[in-house]
Amino acid sequence: MCLAVPAKILTISDNCAVVDIDGVRRETRIDFIEDPRPGDYVLVHVGFALQKIDESEAEATLAQIRACFGGPDDGR
Amino acid sequence: MPHLNDFRNPDVASHLLARIGELAREPLRVMEICGGHTHAIFRFGLQQVLPPQIEWLHGPGCPVCVTPVVKFDKAIALAHRPNTIVAAYGDLLRVPGRESTLLRERAEGGDVRVVYSSMDAVSIALQNPHKNVVFFAVGFETTAPANAFSILAAKERHLENFTMLANHVLVPPVIRALLEDSRLKIDAFLGPGHVSAVVGSQEYEFIAREYGRPVVVSGFELNDILQSILMILTQRDEGRCDVEVEYARAVRDAGNAKAKAVIADVFERQDQEWRGLGIIADSGLRIKHELSEYDAEIRFADFLRDISPPPPPKGCICAAILKGQKRPFDCPSFASSCTPERPLGACMVSSEGACAAYYSYRQQPLIQGGTYDE
Ligand code: SF4
Repeated sequence: MCLAVPAKILTISDNCAVVDIDGVRRETRIDFIEDPRPGDYVLVHVGFALQKIDESEAEATLAQIRACFGGPDDGR
Repeated sequence: MPHLNDFRNPDVASHLLARIGELAREPLRVMEICGGHTHAIFRFGLQQVLPPQIEWLHGPGCPVCVTPVVKFDKAIALAHRPNTIVAAYGDLLRVPGRESTLLRERAEGGDVRVVYSSMDAVSIALQNPHKNVVFFAVGFETTAPANAFSILAAKERHLENFTMLANHVLVPPVIRALLEDSRLKIDAFLGPGHVSAVVGSQEYEFIAREYGRPVVVSGFELNDILQSILMILTQRDEGRCDVEVEYARAVRDAGNAKAKAVIADVFERQDQEWRGLGIIADSGLRIKHELSEYDAEIRFADFLRDISPPPPPKGCICAAILKGQKRPFDCPSFASSCTPERPLGACMVSSEGACAAYYSYRQQPLIQGGTYDE
């Protein structure tokens, strides 16, 4: 019930955005998002974007994961 | 989605598992609060791959499961009220009330519509000005902002035919209630990722400060959960007890201010009944008095007056399961008189409930230990 999925904002008009969720286009309300822009990734739950996904934080978490087993900084 | 493959990378997972194995010297009982995590733990087979020292306790993590039966009876009754449309999220249709389900009512001619978003319910009300539209809205803090928003939207559009049958429950107060129960032995919490995207990780500070248990707010991919376990183990190794966020790409300390403001505009706190757990102080939300015209239970009070809560089901040990005290296998009704098609108790009700998760993955070689307590 609390499932939220990552989506990419494609276009915005007023407080609605068209987003791409795994290749499927959907409309999503963006009333709860601070300064939404096309290209941003957001977490979508029941038709509302709940939060922006911060790519630099994602990278920081991955760096932290790699650091704890002495992996290379960028394993990709 | 960039980075998603890294969070799923099996090589990274095996490194994390090795590190977890080094640190997991003592038994560790971790409670996950989110049904999405319960599901992920089974999907990834984590009970098999993690060292046996790590035991999962499944908390009351599914808002559909903990919604009292009487709410479903009210929704079902409203579905066959003349000139009434019941709009509900799909998860709610199969959940049995005392005698029926919304799905069955729909098959028998009741006007029940599945909505994907709360705003779909508002649209149905706009399109059907001569009918009453009751939006059956259930959820944790994740869903409460979207649900609350529909009432603001109905008000803005001067919709007189839109009401909400609401059941909103809150995570931090139920965690406190579990921690107050001295019989429960919970060492640490895997914090719910999407609830936390709204409320913020700071809401869990009391767990670390007052009750001395570590909390790591986790994402939902394999390496998210493994990394979170490692962070819990590291805290214990270093003698720390903190709230940490592994799911930092989506969770901020303060949560989402706009979403919280919408909740506060529409709802206020109340003592709340949880199916299987009883009443927990200040653990739910009700529609504010000044918006009571949107509250279906007030608007249709006469119609709903005779619907009373059914007695608790016999042979169901849900209360102990929702608290992580017992496992589904300990229940005599599990997979016999209680199945997802005919659930007896709360935990079998939605696919995110602990009993339903054990049921769908019952072929997995689970560690079939006995009870956790006594
Ligand atoms: S298996 Fe069914 S009856 Fe037993 S505790 Fe779970 S929900 Fe209740």
